[in-house]
Amino acid sequence: MAKLDAEKVNVYYGDHHIIKDVNLSIQENTVTAFIGPSGCGKSTFLRLLNRMNDYIENFKKTGDILIDGGDIYDKKVRVEDLRKRVGMVFQKPNPFPKSIYENVVYGLRIQGIKDKSKLDAVVENSLKKVALWGEVKDKLQQSALALSGGQQQRLCIARTLAVEPTIILMDEPASALDPISSAKIEDLISELKENFTIIIVTHNMQQASRVSDKTAFFYLGELVEFGDTDQIFTKPVKELTQNYITGRFG
Amino acid sequence: MKQKFDINRFKDNMFKYFGLACTLFGLAVLSIFLINILIEGLGRLNWQFFSSLPSRMPEKSGILICLLGSIWIMVLTAIIAVPLGVASGIFLEEYGKKNKIASFIEINISNLAGVPSIIYGLLALEIFVRILGLGKSLLAGSLTLSLLILPIIIVSTREAIKAVPKSIREASYALGGTKWQTIRFQVLPAASGGLLTGVILAISRAVGESAPLIVIGALLYITTIPTSPMDDFAVMPIQIFNWLSRPQKGFIENATAAIIVLLLITFIMNGLAIYLRNRWQKKIKW
Repeated sequence: MAKLDAEKVNVYYGDHHIIKDVNLSIQENTVTAFIGPSGCGKSTFLRLLNRMNDYIENFKKTGDILIDGGDIYDKKVRVEDLRKRVGMVFQKPNPFPKSIYENVVYGLRIQGIKDKSKLDAVVENSLKKVALWGEVKDKLQQSALALSGGQQQRLCIARTLAVEPTIILMDEPASALDPISSAKIEDLISELKENFTIIIVTHNMQQASRVSDKTAFFYLGELVEFGDTDQIFTKPVKELTQNYITGRFG
Repeated sequence: MKQKFDINRFKDNMFKYFGLACTLFGLAVLSIFLINILIEGLGRLNWQFFSSLPSRMPEKSGILICLLGSIWIMVLTAIIAVPLGVASGIFLEEYGKKNKIASFIEINISNLAGVPSIIYGLLALEIFVRILGLGKSLLAGSLTLSLLILPIIIVSTREAIKAVPKSIREASYALGGTKWQTIRFQVLPAASGGLLTGVILAISRAVGESAPLIVIGALLYITTIPTSPMDDFAVMPIQIFNWLSRPQKGFIENATAAIIVLLLITFIMNGLAIYLRNRWQKKIKW
């Protein structure tokens, strides 16, 4: 069974038809890249998966999105529970204006977990997973805003890992970072794949080809082509895909 | 071409000096006022002035009762207006739907902030003093001033909340936070600088008000220290008003001394507001 299934998904913002009839199936422990020009709907589609679009006025969706076989838009689903299973990392690092420690444990604190030894362990574990522990272990109580952009983004990933999701959505996670920080994030994605299902939106074609197993190409709200990354980047079926990945438009 | 350039430059300079003159004018008037007050009133500021009850003799009277009255009013007004105002601000900004009713309410709240204070006094006279039967008590006065500063607190709360970037809320939601958790643990702490600034400025406005309190009948000669919210009271601005309306020179002196105290209170509160704002701006950079 697929980890995530989208069936005939359409999204409207008022009169605007943003996502058109998208069918997509994503397997567990894979990295899927969403590529496509700005405004093609890839970010909107990503945000459907943890229901971050719910706050947008005039938002309307048809079709089903199933995670582990369950419809995530079902009335019985508590959106907070969904987001514990489906974590998200944003384009611009957005640590809370609090200490490094408090950033990591926030997701647990709001679940009511108070046990200090458990929180301490989660902090150490999560920061180790994103290779930040060595850099910050002596200043956990310092403000997260004092970290560099790349460190902040890794902290945001650690914060997401702390609530133990099974899927991690990443919305251009490296686009605001310098090349070295960006490379660290890419390495991290490859490592995280073993335990998580990752979906990443990116503008950077090289990045998509480096980190992902599957690639989905969106254009004007439609899913033009979806397949193995190797295939998409070497012998795409559709001419539109060919034109986009060779940089003829974008 | 050259000539045109010179004319523009001349205009530019003219405006600079005009602006400078305007600024200096304001400062000059303010300093003349302050110096005048200080010369007349500073000599009167001693322990006796702070610790005495009002009296028929100017040299024996003091501000004890009205100072305590002002402190009572400050505290009660804060207790009433801050939770109400902050909660309304949060509701309007975070929960309220953006529709016609919402924008109607929004415009009216902004308008309320500009309604002359004496009108609040009239409203309070009818509702608090007569219908609710609170009389000329501290509670009635605080409720009146709460009405007056509620719109200010609501508007500044909304501004402070609006300044918190969307990315912080999204981060909290994405980690499984509910709306209230997001507001309670992220938005309010991040907005607290602006929020406190607005609250302090609003309360310092309330402390300086006299018109609405005069309307509800707080223009009394009080000789007992207020000990409960239901007691009659006097406040600093009303005591100043009282003394200024007396013919004796000594009372005028008392009034100027009381003005110095009142100015000091407002300066301290505004200073605190500025300090808090700067501190938070330094602490939180997005």
